[in-house]
Amino acid sequence: MSTILQINNLETVLHTPAGPVWAVDGITLEISKGETFVLIGESGCGKSMTALSVMRLLPEVGEIVGGSVRLGGVDLLLQPEIAMRTIRGKRISMIFQEPMLSLNPVMTVAAQIGEVLKRHFNLGVAATQKRILEILNQVGIPDAARRMEEYPFQFSGGMKQRMMIAMALAGEPELLIADEPTTALDVTIQAQVLDLLRTLQQRDGMAILLITHDLGVAAEMAHKVAVMYAGEIVETANRAQFFQNPVHPYSRKLFASLPGKARRRQGLPLAVIRGNVPPLSSEFTGCRFAKRCDQAWGLCHDAAPGWVEVSAGHKVRCHLFSESAKLEAPAGWLEKGATDAPQESSTKSRLLSPNHLIHEACLLSVSALKVYFPIRKGLMKRVTGYVKAVDGVSLAIYRGKTLALVGESGCGKTTVGKGILQLIPPSAGSVQYKGIELVRLERDRLRKMRAEFQLIFQDPYSSLNPRMRIVDIIEEGMNALAAGQKEDVGIAGDGPAMAEMTKAARVDALLESVGLPPEAKWRYPHEFSGGQRQRIAIARALAVNPKLIICDEPTSALDVSVQAQILNLLKNLQNRLGLAYLFITHNISVVEYVADEVAVMYLGRIVERGSVDDILENARHPYTQALLSAVPVVEPESRRHVMPLHGDLPSPANPPRGCHFHPRCPHVMQVCRESYPGISIFNSTHTTRCYLYPQDASASGEAQAEVQAQA
Amino acid sequence: MSFKPVILWTDALVYLLVAGLFVFAWYVWRNEHLLVPWRRVAHSASGMSALTVLVFFISVGMLDTMHFRPAIENGGGGMGETAYSVEVLSLLDLVAAPLRTRVEKTYSAPFAAHLYAKETVELPDGGQVREFPRLKYGGAHLQDPETERMADVIRRSAAGAAMGLVIWGFAIVSLGILLGRGDGKGWRCALSAVFCGSTAVPWRAICITLALMLLFSGAALALCGYYHIFGTDKVGQDVFYQSLKGVRTGLVIGTLTTLMMLPFALLLGITAGYFRGWADDIIQYLYTTLSSIPGVLLIAAAVLMMQVYMETHPELFDTIAARADLRLLFLCLILGVTSWTGLCRLLRGEALKLREMEYIQAAHAFGVSHWRIITRHILPNVMHIVLISTVMDFSGLVLAEAVLSYVGVGVDPSMISFGTMINAARLEMAREPMVWWALLAAFTFMFALVLSANLFADAVQSAFDPRIRILSIKTGALRRKKSGGEPARTYSETP
Amino acid sequence: MLNYIIRRLFYAIPILIGVNLITFTLFFVVNTPDDMARMQLGIKRVTPDAIIKWKQERGYDKPLLFNEGEQGLAQLTRTIFFEKSVAMFAFRFGRADDGRDIAYEIKSRMMPSLAIALPVFVLGLGVYVVFALTMVFFRATYVDFWGVVLCVALMSISSLFYIIAGQFLISKLWHLVPISGYGQHMDVAKFLVLPVIIGVASSAGANTRWYRTLFLEEMGKDYVRTARAKGLAESIVLFRHVLRNALIPILTGAVVVIPLLFLGSLIAESFFGIPGLGSYTIDAINSQDFAVVRAMVFLGSLLYIVGLILTDISYTLVDPRIRLE
Repeated sequence: MSTILQINNLETVLHTPAGPVWAVDGITLEISKGETFVLIGESGCGKSMTALSVMRLLPEVGEIVGGSVRLGGVDLLLQPEIAMRTIRGKRISMIFQEPMLSLNPVMTVAAQIGEVLKRHFNLGVAATQKRILEILNQVGIPDAARRMEEYPFQFSGGMKQRMMIAMALAGEPELLIADEPTTALDVTIQAQVLDLLRTLQQRDGMAILLITHDLGVAAEMAHKVAVMYAGEIVETANRAQFFQNPVHPYSRKLFASLPGKARRRQGLPLAVIRGNVPPLSSEFTGCRFAKRCDQAWGLCHDAAPGWVEVSAGHKVRCHLFSESAKLEAPAGWLEKGATDAPQESSTKSRLLSPNHLIHEACLLSVSALKVYFPIRKGLMKRVTGYVKAVDGVSLAIYRGKTLALVGESGCGKTTVGKGILQLIPPSAGSVQYKGIELVRLERDRLRKMRAEFQLIFQDPYSSLNPRMRIVDIIEEGMNALAAGQKEDVGIAGDGPAMAEMTKAARVDALLESVGLPPEAKWRYPHEFSGGQRQRIAIARALAVNPKLIICDEPTSALDVSVQAQILNLLKNLQNRLGLAYLFITHNISVVEYVADEVAVMYLGRIVERGSVDDILENARHPYTQALLSAVPVVEPESRRHVMPLHGDLPSPANPPRGCHFHPRCPHVMQVCRESYPGISIFNSTHTTRCYLYPQDASASGEAQAEVQAQA
Repeated sequence: MSFKPVILWTDALVYLLVAGLFVFAWYVWRNEHLLVPWRRVAHSASGMSALTVLVFFISVGMLDTMHFRPAIENGGGGMGETAYSVEVLSLLDLVAAPLRTRVEKTYSAPFAAHLYAKETVELPDGGQVREFPRLKYGGAHLQDPETERMADVIRRSAAGAAMGLVIWGFAIVSLGILLGRGDGKGWRCALSAVFCGSTAVPWRAICITLALMLLFSGAALALCGYYHIFGTDKVGQDVFYQSLKGVRTGLVIGTLTTLMMLPFALLLGITAGYFRGWADDIIQYLYTTLSSIPGVLLIAAAVLMMQVYMETHPELFDTIAARADLRLLFLCLILGVTSWTGLCRLLRGEALKLREMEYIQAAHAFGVSHWRIITRHILPNVMHIVLISTVMDFSGLVLAEAVLSYVGVGVDPSMISFGTMINAARLEMAREPMVWWALLAAFTFMFALVLSANLFADAVQSAFDPRIRILSIKTGALRRKKSGGEPARTYSETP
Repeated sequence: MLNYIIRRLFYAIPILIGVNLITFTLFFVVNTPDDMARMQLGIKRVTPDAIIKWKQERGYDKPLLFNEGEQGLAQLTRTIFFEKSVAMFAFRFGRADDGRDIAYEIKSRMMPSLAIALPVFVLGLGVYVVFALTMVFFRATYVDFWGVVLCVALMSISSLFYIIAGQFLISKLWHLVPISGYGQHMDVAKFLVLPVIIGVASSAGANTRWYRTLFLEEMGKDYVRTARAKGLAESIVLFRHVLRNALIPILTGAVVVIPLLFLGSLIAESFFGIPGLGSYTIDAINSQDFAVVRAMVFLGSLLYIVGLILTDISYTLVDPRIRLE
């Protein structure tokens, strides 16, 4: 195979007001024709800057200070800007993370693709139109002839990313750089886009430099893999080598911190990488990972490791594998690394039989919850319709258990959470907490109850007021609810001792219980990293001794190693304090790890629910099956069969008649188009709503009535 | 000399404002995170130079704010109570008493020793001749103005400038000692750092600005006792004195206007954005209605009506100054009414955005009361908008005052302001040769005030507004390019 | 679309009523007509007869809101509020103090106002956009740096200075164009040159700087990077992508003022002796002709509301994302 791109010792500096940041610090890699090269790393490690350096499209504060980037033997860094322009879009194309922002909002799709053709090919008007249509058909835009004259905002996120790919392909590039192309997309859409990329590559034989933080995506796509850490590549290998036997301690930790079923079964906490990625503005002596590495010894802190080849084509930058350094290493180091033992004592296995769940005390029960947002139109702003964000959801959460609510973005899962907490007044239905009806409860009584159920948010950056100190943030809830004097104060299981604590001592204890030092309370949120902020948010919720915490995608904004820390913390707290969680997420592997029960939501309704094993092992609803099959898996041997889902989530303002899922369902029947299916019961906990299975007579009559009432 | 202090309405508000600023500064000083953006302001060279100039203007304005009524010496005296003059004076009037009292007959050019108009002068021998008579005060110490004036002006201004330099020297040395004590390296070391421009706070820029300001004011002070350095106006009053008096009017309009409407804009804007619903509808209706009336017309209508009211109720004011002052205050109020809508709209938008923030949702989940959410979560997070709009509005308001006074709906004609100066001077535009100095003086002072306010506002905005911050990074890049790339090869993607 | 416009016009009514109430309060409640008469006739030597006569001439001799001396509907219509305020909705502005019909005056003075304001507006928009684009093209160089410095300096100069200095330099010193006045037909052009130039120059600083900020903000967006990644030249990126997006706030911001152009510019018109609505207003303010000021306030807010509606419509024209419903 011929080499297309060769990067040698590339160094890129960002001149920020705080000083220079060495975003890319001596990267060397090679990509061959028809090959997918995956660059893996956590946020802030310099992956994107590497890609932008290749394109020479760095932000204005960025500057390439050394190295070479050779495309077919020509050093791009020595080319004048004019020559670079004939290369960009023609020989190297790039697609970006946010398809919503990366397309010009006021130009039609055809114009934006046509621009590339006009720039790089000498085509006539008719030929250009024909070519645009051809490309759009290639990337799978339905009805392309009509839709090419539309504007980007008229397309869904997945379609926009297809547009981006179309634009990148228009120049018939030798190399396609894809910078987190699916991070902003739902998992079913991600599967579509990845599939498209693979198909196109096989047909055109272009090389792909894929940048991602997701090991699963890497396992799906890669021929070769390089792991990037703090501006450097630390390990590079073929896919098989890497996924079967990652050698760098950082790579191993990344794998070990992935949540999943297996870990849960063993009752193991996730491996965590302590601390954070070091700031790239600092000077490094020694290995950059040494501070966070369990296996580091003196040498690691003093000298930067060189490349060591562990097997053909599998290289790593770690002292553990260099012959000379190995002699110096204290005995037993290698073995310790190999087993990757969990650091914390294992908690008891908590696999419970479904029957067991029934007998648990039901903490919260939600029945037929509806949250509608009116659509107003016309002269007098009449209500002409409703966005049925939540349309008859029923749930039950048991004391000390975790219910995961799974669904793609826009299916209404966050609204369920807010509706339960009465942060958005529900339109109909009931929410009973310990038998007390919360819907339309008077404000004062509701306020007294608020200590019982709390909320943790997705975005750790907007969930803490930037102008308040940590101590004020944590005390806010205590003051508002005057918590602390109640008899069942159970934090950290310390019993009555806690009740006598002063407020200040309680804040210290809370911070400690989420793994932060007490000094942290005098600081402001901006001084903390994303994971630390999420810990503070958890401490804030715990401050009022809740029994139920609604976790709204608490880890989706975090890197996988930090996610592991938070998931461990949440599990740990659940075991100690007997908390119940409603875990709202789109991430199946997190569900596998944390959930006892799972409810799958599609367009405002729950389509299937059951224990975590029922759902994950024996999913019945076609949507659940498709969702599960779309999740990329790391295990190289288990090549899954992706069940393709076509199209996008319909608008909740105008859901399809009959079963909401029928337009995308591979098993659609006539009856699906006519009325919403009733309940099918498989066992005491596992139910679904699908015509593929026999309908439960008593329940389905009820469901029919419900559907009639809405019509 | 005994006197009776007078606190006019605007004085009281200015004192309040100053007190408020001190409390605010103290509060910021105590809170590290509030201090961070201010530190960015302090590191901006243009902003700090502008602040240095502003300090001069502000001190003139403050001197002019402390009002009193001097006692009248009534002849034999000693009996009964002291009577106080109806004339309200300020400390500035006292300091500049020579300028205020040395009134010529009519126009005279800057540094002139003669009047600008010919007059019939009776000669000692009884004959009459038309000539430019000597001024009573300006250049009166000269024997033969034609020959001596030039040398005299140069000598005096050089002496004044030298005096300014001496003061500057003292200031610099004390700065050095202060800085040196801070990092314990001695004042020489600190001073050399200042002059290399390597200090974080741009002391070099501040020192240069200070030097220029002291040079000019030294020279001006030395000369103004002997000449009318900016000439005199129609009634022979010194234009330099008028310009100094105009500073306070400008400052008062620029600051009090925004501050008077601030509570309304904050309350209504946040209420509308936070509570939505009918409160939002009403408040939006209110500000759309107000902002739909063209500003100048609303101001004109309101000021006309106020004029009528004041004319028909003369008994309400005991001095001319009180009357002029109340009119100034009312003008601020009217200007405020027309300008608060913009801020209100901004605040509403921000509150709309903030109420969806997750930390506010979290507060709701704790059952925190609306009042506490507004004061603890929303208010601190919109203060930067208030600050930016306050400093940005300042210069616009100073300029607006001039236009309004020109139109005839500005400050009281008896109150000296840049607007009234321009208004009076433009009547003489057609005169041949032109009387240009009053215009020039007013425009120059206004330009200096507004320019420094604009530069300072820029520094504040770029320090507080995260969107604007890109620009300062850009100038960082500029500096880097200028200093000559320390990296061997440089690539840039822009031409 | 039509539905939307009808709704917007419908919304305009309460706002106009609000404006009307504000002006009514300002002109008739804060000061009684008696006060105004006394003021106009001179405080000192005013007789009660003179006041009554003054009020009669202007129709201010009726009760404010409710006329008890009349019957039926006339109790409400024969009042100052109805005759002076409500009548404005029918564009019946009444007569000025000099006895001329205000509506007629407004009609005849609109065109001269527009003759200055429109060229200033169009030319200004073009010039500022070009300057701002130039600065953005040369961003992070000294062109940009000194451009911003110049803008801030220009912003800090009083608009009166532009007029006075412009008149002095161009007309008085160089004798290029007449210093002031207004003519017929083609003659008009030579009187307009100076005010238009000065009009454009006086707001150059603030606007250019603002547009530059808008452009720079667009430059930072992701789609610009996409455009560069296609291999497009910087000038094409700037003109085809950035300009089109940045023009949305610029154009819609400009559309609001288009109807207000009819009102002309207060200061420039009176300085240059142009018989437009601006100088009409100034004269009315100086002679304290309340009827004219009241009419202008009403007209101004009417035009502003029209401007707001036009803005919404222009959004749909320049921004494909916005549909009015």
